[in-house]
Amino acid sequence: MIDIKGVSLWYDNDRRVLDDITEVIGTGRTVVICGPSGSGKSSLLRCINGLEHFQKGEIFIDGISVQDTRTDIHKLRARIGMVFQHFELYPHMTAMHNITLAPMQVYKKTRREAEEKAMALLERVGIHEQAFKYPEELSGGQKQRVAIARALAMEPGTMLFDEPTSALDPEMISEVLDVMVGLARGGMTMIVVTHEMGFAREVADRIMFMDEGRIIENAGTSEFFNNPKSPRTRQFLRRILNYHA
Amino acid sequence: MDLGVIARNFPFMAGGLLLTFELALITIAGGFLVGVVLALCRLSSRSWLYYPATVYVHFFRGLPLILVIFWLYFLSPVVTGSSLKAFNAAIISFVLFEAAYFAEIIRAGVQSLSRGQIMAAYSTGLTQFQSARHVILPQAVRNMVPALVTQAVIIFQDTSLAYVIGLREFLRRVNLVDAREARSVELYLFAGLVYFIICSVGSMAGSRLEKRTKRS
Repeated sequence: MIDIKGVSLWYDNDRRVLDDITEVIGTGRTVVICGPSGSGKSSLLRCINGLEHFQKGEIFIDGISVQDTRTDIHKLRARIGMVFQHFELYPHMTAMHNITLAPMQVYKKTRREAEEKAMALLERVGIHEQAFKYPEELSGGQKQRVAIARALAMEPGTMLFDEPTSALDPEMISEVLDVMVGLARGGMTMIVVTHEMGFAREVADRIMFMDEGRIIENAGTSEFFNNPKSPRTRQFLRRILNYHA
Repeated sequence: MDLGVIARNFPFMAGGLLLTFELALITIAGGFLVGVVLALCRLSSRSWLYYPATVYVHFFRGLPLILVIFWLYFLSPVVTGSSLKAFNAAIISFVLFEAAYFAEIIRAGVQSLSRGQIMAAYSTGLTQFQSARHVILPQAVRNMVPALVTQAVIIFQDTSLAYVIGLREFLRRVNLVDAREARSVELYLFAGLVYFIICSVGSMAGSRLEKRTKRS
C-alpha cells in the first residue's frame, strides 16, 4: 500500500511542483495519472521511491516512511520498480546484463540464478531471443520491454511507470501496453503516468488528473470518463480523446 | 653537428628514459585512482565530502607543479623530521598534483551522462557506490578517453620536472651529457625528438582507443 500524506515539493523556494498531494493506493491497485506536462506527475513518481526529496508531508510504502533517515532507501527502492520514458537501459551492457546487474549486486544472487530469472522474464515480455543484444540494437518497444524486465527482476511489489509509451513509435505502443496490462491483471500495484486512455479504461482502478501540482480530479475509472467533475478535466479529456480518435 | 655524441651516450640516456616511463606510469595510475575518489567527492551532495575535495582541486590547479615538487622535497624534512628520497618525493608530488586534473576530467565525464541513467540505477536499489562502479563510471570513462589520453601525454612531459630535485630521468641525463660534452644543439634537438615521438605515439594510440570504444 502506498500512502501519500500532504506532500509538497518545490524548487528554488518559490516554484511549487507538488502542492499538498494526498492519496492512498491499495495493494494490487492500478492508478493512472494524467495531466499536461509540467503538472508534477513525474515528480510525484520520483518522490514515491525517494529519487526526489520533498519538503513537506510523508509517503509510506507498506508502512515504511520514504524520507525517514532510519529507512534503508536502497532496500526500499529495490521493491519498487520504475520504468522511464526514455528507457534508460545501460548502453554498455547487453539486455541480459541490464537485467541481472541489480539482482546480483543487491540480492547477491549468483550469475546463474540471476540469468535464469532474467531469461524467464524476457520470455514473459516476449523478447528472449534478444537477450544478448545491446540496447542500441533493439527497437524502442523492445527496449522498453527489457526495461520492464529489469524492474521486475527485483521482484517488486509496486511498479511506477513514467510515460512508458510516449517515446515510442505508434506501432510499438501496444506491445508495451500488453505487458503492462498483464502485470496489472497479475495483481501488481501500479502507478502509471500516461495519456493512453485506452489502457486506463481497461485496467485502471482510479484515474487522477493533475494540473499545476495539484490533483484536480480523482475518481473511479468509469466515473472519470463518464462524469468528470472539474471543467479543467473535461477540457483535457475532450482534447486528448478527440486527438486519439 | 656531431651526431656521434648521441650515439656515444645513447645507453646512458636511454636508461633515463626508463625512469621517465616509470615515473609517468606510476603517476598516471596513482593520479587516476586518487582522481576518481576526488571526482566522486566533488559530485557528492554531502558537504563534508564536497568541500574538502573542491578545495583540494582548486589548490593544486592553482600551483605550478615545480613548486609542489620543491615544497614536498624541501619542506617535508622540516615538518616530519625525516627526508624523502627524491624518487618518492617526485612520485608523491606528481600523484597529488595530477589527481586534481584527473578529478576534473572524470567529473566532467560523469556529468555528461544523463541524470536518467543515475535514476535508473538507483531505482533498482543499487547504492551510490554500486551505481558509480557498474553504471556511471564505465560509461563516463568512454566519454573521457580523449581527455585522459591528453592528460597522460602531459604527465609524460611533466616528469622532466623531476630533474629539479636531482632525479636522473631522461632530460636530466641529457643535461649531464651536455655538461660533459658541450653539445647543446644536438643533444636538446635529440631530446625534443624523443619526447615528440613518444607523445605522438601516445596520442595516436589514444585516438585508436577512442574509435574502438565508440564502436562497442
